[in-house]
Amino acid sequence: MRIFDPHIHMTSRTTDDYTAMAAHGVRAVVEPAFWLGQPRTSPGSFADYFDSLIGWEPYRASQFGIRHHATLALNPKEANDPRCRGVLDLLPRYLDKDGVVAVGEIGYDAMTPAEDEAFAAQLALAVEYELPALVHTPHRDKASGTKRSLDVVRESGIAPGRVLIDHLNEVTVGQVRDTGCWMGFSIYPETKMSPPRMVEILKEHGLERMLVNSAADWGKSDPLLTVRTAEAMLAAGFSADDVDRVLWRNPVEFYGQSQKLDLSDVEAPEATFAGSSILRGGS
Amino acid sequence: MTVEELRRATDPAWLATAEKQVRADPDAAGPLFARAARALGRGRLRGVPGWTAAEAGRAVLLSLLPPDHVVRLYQQGDTAERLAVLKALPLLDIGDAGVPLLHDALRANDPRLVAAALGRCATHLDAATWRQGVVKCVFMGVPLDRVDRLDERADAELAAMLTGLAEERAAAGRTMPPDAVALLTRMEKQ
Ligand SMILES: [Zn+2]
Repeated sequence: MRIFDPHIHMTSRTTDDYTAMAAHGVRAVVEPAFWLGQPRTSPGSFADYFDSLIGWEPYRASQFGIRHHATLALNPKEANDPRCRGVLDLLPRYLDKDGVVAVGEIGYDAMTPAEDEAFAAQLALAVEYELPALVHTPHRDKASGTKRSLDVVRESGIAPGRVLIDHLNEVTVGQVRDTGCWMGFSIYPETKMSPPRMVEILKEHGLERMLVNSAADWGKSDPLLTVRTAEAMLAAGFSADDVDRVLWRNPVEFYGQSQKLDLSDVEAPEATFAGSSILRGGS
Repeated sequence: MTVEELRRATDPAWLATAEKQVRADPDAAGPLFARAARALGRGRLRGVPGWTAAEAGRAVLLSLLPPDHVVRLYQQGDTAERLAVLKALPLLDIGDAGVPLLHDALRANDPRLVAAALGRCATHLDAATWRQGVVKCVFMGVPLDRVDRLDERADAELAAMLTGLAEERAAAGRTMPPDAVALLTRMEKQ
């Protein structure tokens, strides 16, 4: 079983997590830029964060045979702090980088005018830099937040097939499916979505444009819930090919639209990871 | 290796447009530098041993730029871009303007950057920093054949530092990499 986690915040995770993920078949991840629990107060903090998402973290992942790409953006929560607005000016040079496969996470947190502005501006950047967009849907007032996100996406002119609407559930999946956007589901240990509920959604709505992620970060979360969902799919009668489609081929197809997804290292198993001593880090 | 040889090996269509843009406006180099691997490929360049097409194209762009722009491309680069700057440094006519970049790379925890900072570009590096870099290579498992002019620059102080590391390793029941042991042996014979 090969797993591609299309949304996981590895900077917040330990090397034990990388070890467990690799042992369970996770071979590729996409890490979206998001907030860090502690609010940041200047664009410089974001520059260092973005640098680590295209520098140190991909190297760290490579030590475990895992390919790491990133999506970069000013997240909706911090878009509300005027001191962070300059991040929008930093983004263009980062969006040109090889490891950046989408603009994200963008979208809404509390649906303020500042969030409106950052959301629209960054969808325009996605169009300009020919990148897909990853849209976070708010945890509070999710149904109307999702509807409003879809309106903004429509107005931006970006092709729906290049947009992933994330953190969906039974209530919000229907309105996204009919738009042609991709549908993301974050599987959590307690709240939000669980593997059995995810399986029911896949039974009802099919596998097309469906993405499953762990969204694991610095909060209570579990980087193996993609694997648990794959197991639940098999137990419910889905085939190994169905699992491969949802947990590998779908994310490859979505982020592949960036023309920057490079899986050459991990698609040829044991190709470069174990061999080269230059990749050995630490002491 | 010269910039001219790298220029001749680089895709002329890409080069014509890129050079024209950079000559007109040095700030145009950023996006071209970032996109070079997608435009030229990461594969080995035929006829130019040890260089990829992207590294060669990036080196040509760097050769057109003033020192402060070279420094900025490193600082604003991802790991591959930074490695390309370090590799091109010995071919650029910028004196020791690149030295702060070597210090930055040696502080990194990515062995590719540490190794690159001790390649041919390390000429301008002071002895104390260079020794720290070599010992860090041994720590990280970077093969010492990556270090330019190793035997020529290795001195008694480096030998003392490596001997100290060997003692710590022995106390912990760990061994030294064979290439570090071999270096110490060669130095004892001198
Ligand atoms: Zn997230």
